[in-house]
Amino acid sequence: MTDTSEPGYVRWLLIAVALIFMGLFLVVPLIAVFSEAFSEGIGLFLQAVKEPDTLSAVKLTLLTAAISVPANVVFGVAAAWAIAKFSFRGKNLLLTLIDLPFAVSPVISGLIFVLLFGTQGVLGPWLAAHDIKIIFAVPGIVLATTFVTFPFVARELIPVMEAQGKDEEEAAISLGASGWQTFWRITLPNIKWGLLYGVILCNARAMGEFGAVSVVSGHIRGMTNTLPLHVEILYNEYQFVAAFAAATLLAVLALVTLVLKSLIEWKTEGQQRENEAMPEIIREASA
Amino acid sequence: MSGRYWFLRPVSVYAVAIVLCLGLIGCTASNSATDSKQQTQVELLNVSYDPTRELYQEVNQRFAEYWKTKTGQTVTIKQSHGGSGKQSRSVIDGLEADVVTLALAYDIDAIAERGYMPKEWQSRLPDNSSPYTSTIVFLVRKGNPKQIKDWDDLVKQDVSVITPNPKTSGGARWNYLAAWGYALKKNNGDEGKAKDFVNRLFKNVPVLDSGARGSTTTFVERGIGDVLIAWENEAYLAINELGKDKFDIVNPSLSILAEPPVAIVDKNVDKRQTRELATEYLQFLYTKEAQEIAAKHYYRPRLAEVKAAHQPPFPEIELFTIQEVFGGWAKAQQVHFADGGVFDQIYQAQKE
Amino acid sequence: MGKRMKSKGILPGFGLTIGYTLVYLSLLVLIPLSILFLQTASMTWEQFWLTVTDQRVLASFQVSFLTAFFAACMNAVFGVLVAWVLVRYHFPGKRFIDGIVDLPFALPTAVAGIALASIYSENGWIGQLFAAWGMKIAYTPVGIFVALTFIGLPFVVRTVQPVLQDWDRQVEEAAATLGASRLQTFLRVILPHLLPAILTGFALAFARALGEYGSVVFISGNMPFQTEIVPLLIMTKLEQFDYTGATAIASVMLVASFFMLLVINFFQWKTNKLDAGR
Repeated sequence: MTDTSEPGYVRWLLIAVALIFMGLFLVVPLIAVFSEAFSEGIGLFLQAVKEPDTLSAVKLTLLTAAISVPANVVFGVAAAWAIAKFSFRGKNLLLTLIDLPFAVSPVISGLIFVLLFGTQGVLGPWLAAHDIKIIFAVPGIVLATTFVTFPFVARELIPVMEAQGKDEEEAAISLGASGWQTFWRITLPNIKWGLLYGVILCNARAMGEFGAVSVVSGHIRGMTNTLPLHVEILYNEYQFVAAFAAATLLAVLALVTLVLKSLIEWKTEGQQRENEAMPEIIREASA
Repeated sequence: MSGRYWFLRPVSVYAVAIVLCLGLIGCTASNSATDSKQQTQVELLNVSYDPTRELYQEVNQRFAEYWKTKTGQTVTIKQSHGGSGKQSRSVIDGLEADVVTLALAYDIDAIAERGYMPKEWQSRLPDNSSPYTSTIVFLVRKGNPKQIKDWDDLVKQDVSVITPNPKTSGGARWNYLAAWGYALKKNNGDEGKAKDFVNRLFKNVPVLDSGARGSTTTFVERGIGDVLIAWENEAYLAINELGKDKFDIVNPSLSILAEPPVAIVDKNVDKRQTRELATEYLQFLYTKEAQEIAAKHYYRPRLAEVKAAHQPPFPEIELFTIQEVFGGWAKAQQVHFADGGVFDQIYQAQKE
Repeated sequence: MGKRMKSKGILPGFGLTIGYTLVYLSLLVLIPLSILFLQTASMTWEQFWLTVTDQRVLASFQVSFLTAFFAACMNAVFGVLVAWVLVRYHFPGKRFIDGIVDLPFALPTAVAGIALASIYSENGWIGQLFAAWGMKIAYTPVGIFVALTFIGLPFVVRTVQPVLQDWDRQVEEAAATLGASRLQTFLRVILPHLLPAILTGFALAFARALGEYGSVVFISGNMPFQTEIVPLLIMTKLEQFDYTGATAIASVMLVASFFMLLVINFFQWKTNKLDAGR
């Protein structure tokens, strides 16, 4: 086998540069947040986290993510399939339209839903007549979050699917597999990393979104405050410890998905090793 | 496509997709039905601005007790806080506030303009509908190293001033108007000189935070600036919360009477049938009990006896009202803070 | 989709997926966004022109576009590096670094802004190092750049990482057997393969940085003509209850970034084709 790794000094140089970059832009800010959260000891931290308003904010944040992430995953897989496996006219336009929510300032993402569903908005009078509340209530928060996190899964999957081509799927189909079978058995295992990253990013952003949600939430304490909004409130109350404690809570919530990812990674690696050790026939029999 | 793939045909595809999407919107909207009104449980939403949080927490508790003994009903008062202008927009766009308690009359005027309450709302309650007031003072570093005594010291070359952006912060507009009013009086009403004064003042501002508490943080935590222009109650709060031994308050010779107004949102209370409760709530703010709470949070109470009894006493500062000097909020906003107004001209000129 | 796909592939599901994509896209993104233009349309052309060509607005466009562009470039270069290091090398703390890459999304932008401002201001941990050299970071355009780099950091890393993970190393071996040096292999073989993913990441980081508000206001200082970003001006308009003015600026920004994304996507598609044709 030919050597495909860099000389040791290059390797360490690259690692060092990457670490310095990550340190300056990521680790130090994080340390700042965590050190502030624990600056008055763990007792105060726990007290801040257990506060009822914080807990209700956590609940709302989880609920929001639980609705908007799956919705965007279904969309992302569908869009990636259509875009990566087929060629059609206007593909670039479609791709760009999918990217669009990223290009919209969070303030504006919130504002468009206000202009749509607010009392002065287009659908406002109709909604008021039927006593349906969308903005300044949970549906508005979910909508704004879904909008903001809209492109993540699709954007992660498309390059991966494109890089993979469609030979394997075509082979499966011509061997008589159904569309769903092909998707579950061939495509999904191939794209799982991309999908996983997409879900992680989407989830992290769904829980952390501030600007758009802030416009549509109405900030009613204990009711329509998500965790990021609650953080701002606490900070403005000069409750710095509590504010940063809530922020670390958010970081930890996002990390749960990462732990999940590591678990899957670890499991599949184990499986692969087992598989490699097994002769072909046994593997087929066990499958 | 073969019969097996019936579900891939365009028509059914659209149907399925639309059902899925509507389902998403539908199930998120399902929890919006309003509870049937129970007589023993009533609810009130007070939409307020940022620095009143601590004040209303205490007022709400007392009012709930008062209402319970008076009517036997349990009242839950919900609070919403944020930047004054933003809160006002939320009410305009459908946040169902029973009462609004904002930083400046201009923000409530905007709500009234959209038909939520009569235009002359401010005359419905005593004292311009402002049960408590405040004024603009200076927060300086301990020992006052730059010897800042009055507005004139803020325009000195070596003084760095922290104040939020009047275009985004309601509180900052009071700061700006206080400076303008002082300059106008000192120069016997010469508008040009007043503009020059404010221009020089803003030349000394290195950071324009978007909100009042952001400015406080810049001054206190980042250590930037020699003086923070702030509301009196905010200055006291900053000292108490962030460091008693680090800052001093300096009272200028002349300042503005900041009147944060309160109002009932008629359209919403009629819909939610809370008019009586909302009216009582706002009137409660004028009682001795509530006035004492306001004083405790360093708002200047309107009741003379409460004000006199407050320890340490509120310093005597000569105050002017926005009506006297600027002819009301609508005018002040138009002349100074609208796009192309005096504030914009100042920065335009600095650039050239 | 009356028209059948042009390539005569045998894969099913095009109608289903494209249909669902279009409906979902329309309901959630296109219809809400069209409101922006609807609202703007209540202005006359002259009003619109005056609003968006105001000197202050133009200055803020310049600040926003430049800082977002540099931040995205920074992320493109270092994002590839980080992704490479994470996929290819083993070093202590690798799992940890891999784990925290996504945190800029999870931290509320306001918290990020506050944390960055406290670190990079003149009395902060990093700020004071630079202050010793007479350089200010917080409350200058550099501060905006730092904040935008922070919030866009995950994009490039996370788009490049999966592609790199799936990359077949036999190609590299082949290149090496044919006598290519490591650098040549990277530049000629690996990089072109990664380019679509890098461009995607760059485009997303850039677009996101353009609109960012929450973290920037804390570190930028918000001085007119110097460190005032476009989203702040939009807020300023809203503060005066000028919804139409706000949407006017927002739609200009939207159209500008739409075309920029379109161009980038076009290039990406081109390189993809080249790559596939190879």
